[in-house]
Parts: sequence; C-alpha cells; structure tokens
Amino acid sequence: MSAPRFPPGATVRIRSAFPPGHVRAPWYLRGRTGAVSHIVGEMGNPEEFAYGRCDGPKLTVYRVRVRQPDIWPDYAGPPHDTLAVDVYENWLEPAGEEAP
Amino acid sequence: MSDSHGHSHPHGPHPFQPDVEDAPLTHYQILQLAVAELLIEKGVFSGGDLRRTLEAIDSRSPADGAKVVARAWVDPDFKARLLADTNAAAAELGVDAGTIPITTVENTPGIHNVIVCTLCSCYPRLLLGLPPDWYKSRAYRSRLVREPRAVLAEFGTALADDIEVRVQDSTAELRYLVLPMRPAGTGGMDEDALARLVTRDCMIGVTLPDNPDT
Amino acid sequence: MPEISLPSLLPGAGVTHNCVMPADDKTRLRRHHDMGGLDAGPVERSEHDYAPWEKCVDAILRLLSGPKRGVLQIDELRRGIEDLGPGAYDELSYYERWIAAISNLLIEKGVISIDELGRKMAEVEARHEAERAKGGKA
Repeated sequence: MSAPRFPPGATVRIRSAFPPGHVRAPWYLRGRTGAVSHIVGEMGNPEEFAYGRCDGPKLTVYRVRVRQPDIWPDYAGPPHDTLAVDVYENWLEPAGEEAP
Repeated sequence: MSDSHGHSHPHGPHPFQPDVEDAPLTHYQILQLAVAELLIEKGVFSGGDLRRTLEAIDSRSPADGAKVVARAWVDPDFKARLLADTNAAAAELGVDAGTIPITTVENTPGIHNVIVCTLCSCYPRLLLGLPPDWYKSRAYRSRLVREPRAVLAEFGTALADDIEVRVQDSTAELRYLVLPMRPAGTGGMDEDALARLVTRDCMIGVTLPDNPDT
Repeated sequence: MPEISLPSLLPGAGVTHNCVMPADDKTRLRRHHDMGGLDAGPVERSEHDYAPWEKCVDAILRLLSGPKRGVLQIDELRRGIEDLGPGAYDELSYYERWIAAISNLLIEKGVISIDELGRKMAEVEARHEAERAKGGKA
C-alpha cells in the first residue's frame, strides 16, 4: 500500500466538481472543507464498479470530519456538531494552505 | 399473450408463490416473478438458492446487533475488538456480519453518533435486518445531515448542547453501527436482559436505549 | 501534485459558502437521489413488514451480486436506480425501483432478453389470473 496522500489531521476539501454519472461525493459536501479523522483503507472505485469495471486500481478512502457550520452557514445547532463522511481519494484536494 | 408462445422449458414446481393470491399482481410483482423464473431456468441460481437466501434474510433482525452491543457493554476487551473489527467481533458471537466491513462508532458522554445514507440507503443489514421505511425516506435522508437535532427530537431524543452530534453519512463500501451508551441503573442486569434494552433505533442513533428505571 | 485550480465554468464553484452559487445552478447540478440537505417534512415513522415479493427482490440481488456469481455489482444497481430518473423516486416504491433497475441491468448484460422477459411476464400473469379464477376470486 502506497503512503496515503492525506495523513490523519490533514485539512482537505471535497472537490467541487459536477460530472454526470454515478458519483460518490454527496452534492451538499462538494467544496466543503474538513479534516481527515482517519484512513479507512484502500477500496475499489465505486464510480467504476457502477459501470461493471472492477479491475481498476484501488483508491484510499478517508474519513473526513466537517464542522456543521462549515457546511451550513445557518446551522441551527451548536457549532461543535460535526458530520463524518467517507471520501475516496480522487474527490479530495489539499486545503491546508488557504484560509476558507 | 398466453402460454402458447412456443417456448418449451420444463417448468418444475414454482419455488415461490404470489403473496396475495386473491388480488391481481402489480406490474413490478410480475417483473419480479418473471426475472426469478428466468434466472432459475437459465441456471444462474436455483430455486433452492433463492429459498435459502430468503431464509437468510428472515433470520436477521436487530437482535443480532443487540447481542453484540450487550456483550460490548459487559466485556471491555470485546468492546475493543468490536471497535477495531466489527465483523470479526460479531463472528465471535456466532453472528455472520458478511463481507462488507462494518464500523462501530461509539457514543460517549460527549459524542452522539447517528447514521444516514444520503445517496441511497446503506444499512448494516446483516446486523440489523432490513431497514425501516423511514431510514430510506426522503425526509430522513434529506434532513438528518442539515438539522440532526430537529430530526432526533422527532424521535423523542433531546441531547444537551454540550454534546457533539456527529452525523455519519454512509457513502463508501462500508456500513455503520452505533454502540450506544449503557444506561445508568443497569449494573445488576445480565447480558440477555441488557440486549433486550438495545433497540434497532438506538443502533442507528436516533434514540437512546431505554433506562429501565424511568 | 500542485494546488488544483477549481473549474471556472461554474459561478462560485469551490467557494465554501453555499449561498454563492446561484440556486438555479445548484438545482440543475444536483442529481435527484443525492438529497442530503434538502428541505423536507417531518420523518414519517410508519413502517411496514416487507412483502414476500419485496424480500424476493432483495434475495435476487444478493444472489446476483454475491462473490460466487458476480453477475452484477451493487454499485451497478445503484447506478441503475439513479438512472431511472427523478420520477422513479416519487412514483415507485423502494423494491419496485430495485427490480426495475435489476431487470434493466440483466438486459444490458445479455443475461435475459427483452423478448423472453416479455413472454415470461405474460405467462406469470396468466398463471396468476387462472389461479384466481379457480379460487372464484377473479
């Protein structure tokens, strides 16, 4: 297994891309920034599996935790509420260097 | 169209019956029966395979998950193994959790977990059985990620503001189980009695286990 | 890998506040099944016991997608359900969507043909109607 691109604690952004087809990055999270809480493992790419292609390279999957107010600026609950989501590496980009 | 279309596959006794014999079948019930019969005729699977799979589906219920949770409440070493590898820990109790990895997320005094699948309806079927209708509903899938506390309140679950509500959106090829906190006042209960406190809904995270004293 | 510059095609793409992209663009880009965060009414907590035919659909999928047969992938089922279109979510029940998508995939893959499926469906329906007639209920 190659070294994961994003270590636990890394600040990452779920890419803001809108391709057609079977997409595994939920729409409401695209463009949102969170932190890798841990590395789930390597898994086949479901966006390829969905079309019957199962032999491609595996992708590292990361559990990313996002603060609710960073998803919904008008979030009604306390600001420490969070959302965790498993994201395939192709949907993540680094977000550490720039302020949101 | 009738049977006189000339195909001549031998038909054995049909392995399943329409569920409501005195009503016309719906289009999709007809489709289901036709697909099943064709796949059996073609040898993709057998009628026996189908019956065994139906039995396997019926054999699963939230009691499987409850057994796992109750053991974790009484055995810290088991709990550690459960959090590390839920499928392997369930197997220790004779529960086959299948091949899709299940991750157990633990509720603590400071963190309350609740599970949703916004993209479809992923659910730990092998530990909880088939999902309830509301879990698959548009309202639950839409709202839980945006207003989790309002949704929890609809289930009668009110959480203090100092608790972190952590929504887990189940998007990848794994499933989630919530390990609820053991209710206070259950110190004298044995594992079977504890398992009876563990409901399906508290393993999804929308409710808390009943406290027998309240 | 250098910083990815975000696509400039979409106004506000990549901006972290959801108020930047015009609402009509967001609506157009979201697929129907991808419903996290939408407004909706209260969660109806009604439940039903699954009918035998619904469990049968589930069983068919488990058999087809299991490692022993590998006829179709769960992710293909998901794609197939998504591609039924927005109306499917409003008009079809959960397992109706499943069997509709499973049938389409089996046809695409050449496991069953449209012609034999049509004939088998007519046969199933005729058989059921004959059973109803025997029971005096038709």
